[in-house]
Amino acid sequence: MSRATVLESTDEAVAGIEDGSTVLVGGFGLAGMPFDLIDALIRQGAKDLTIVSNNAGNGDVGLAALLAAGRVRKVLCSFPRQVDSYVFDALYREGKVELEVVPQGNLAERMRAAGAGIGAFYCPTAVGTPLAEGKEVRTIDGRDYLLEYPIHGDYALISAHRADPMGNLVYRKTARNFGPVMAAAATTTIVQVDEVVPLGGLAPEAVVTPSVYVDRIVAVKARHYTVQGAR
Amino acid sequence: MSDTTASTTAAHAGKAPVAVDHPLSMEELAAMIARDIPAGAFVNLGIGQPTKIADHLPPELGVVLHTENGMLGMGPKAEGAEIDPDLTNAGKVPVTELAGAAYFHHADSFAMMRGGHLDICVLGAYQVSEHGDLANWHTGKPDDIPAVGGAMDLAIGAKDTYVMMTLFTKSRAPKLVPKCTYPLTGVGCVSRVYTEVATFDLRPDGVHVLETYGTTIEELRSRLDVELH
Repeated sequence: MSRATVLESTDEAVAGIEDGSTVLVGGFGLAGMPFDLIDALIRQGAKDLTIVSNNAGNGDVGLAALLAAGRVRKVLCSFPRQVDSYVFDALYREGKVELEVVPQGNLAERMRAAGAGIGAFYCPTAVGTPLAEGKEVRTIDGRDYLLEYPIHGDYALISAHRADPMGNLVYRKTARNFGPVMAAAATTTIVQVDEVVPLGGLAPEAVVTPSVYVDRIVAVKARHYTVQGAR
Repeated sequence: MSDTTASTTAAHAGKAPVAVDHPLSMEELAAMIARDIPAGAFVNLGIGQPTKIADHLPPELGVVLHTENGMLGMGPKAEGAEIDPDLTNAGKVPVTELAGAAYFHHADSFAMMRGGHLDICVLGAYQVSEHGDLANWHTGKPDDIPAVGGAMDLAIGAKDTYVMMTLFTKSRAPKLVPKCTYPLTGVGCVSRVYTEVATFDLRPDGVHVLETYGTTIEELRSRLDVELH
């Protein structure tokens, strides 16, 4: 993996994302959602995408806007149904988008496994539930586990608080959420940050995502969201 | 906490029986559950009614709240200028951080849950079976969009999973049942059920009534299809 590149615009940052790509999109609700990168992806035009994210969009912004633009073939997420997920809800009910529901911890761990070179793992979550259908069950020390496979991304779009020019990242509070595991699980990781600090500006002890996982960085001007839905 | 199962049971057994002659309000029920959470416990409170329990945990008890979107040491709901879009709970409500808080990513957050490092998780439920099976994620109706979130991970992760719910549906059907009819969230994972009329322990030898509020065991026996000890 070559060193990360700091780019001037979000349009440059999302250049080259191909039709049919699997894109990991950070965020938990609105916290940590890479809105500017998603807007750029909408302008870029890639379609037939598989999106992996915790939710399936809120209001009319971010993932909801990407869905509304008709670019998404399939969503893997833990919690699509929310009070303001009407864009996804309508597309799903019309059969225009596929859905795979994955328990939240498995979503995270499957991406962690992808980033860590783990071929598959046995996990106790969802044993005996409808989400266990079709999965191999293994009894280990008297407890049942399901075989879970990694989720790799062609691209990850995440947001972080600060980057240095190497691509080291720090996050803010619970906006960290899926960022670190998605950064490691994708072939190409694209990060929007509030600020790119000079080399040496991040304390090495405080780095959360080390630079090796990061490919493209772009600083965005302002936070575009408040708490729920507004932008 | 090294042995929470023992300490929570002891905590409950050590309290005087509560003489309550009326069904509990949800606020009273939250206080009742808070009473049974031991000092210093690491606790996850599920979205919805269980979040009310936090209001009844005195700071000096030193209970540490986990929120699965990536934080230990969660404080009360944020108000006014405290609101920070980067700091929410699992219900996406803005919250605050307490001194000694820690942030971590999602895989770590669920690893600490699944790995048995949290003492107690309190969840809502559609149904609980007498064997501790939990149904709380999906009504099973064909037009419902399934959404599981962290429910399945939470159900099986903590050392003890408690349920906070009303004992009956609005149409008066029991929610503590011989076998769940709703799609399951977890199998054999619930150890205690707190309701507005009684608290139940689910043990290998069956369902034990710990306390009743404004009812009697006889009345409960007549309304439930499970055997009560």
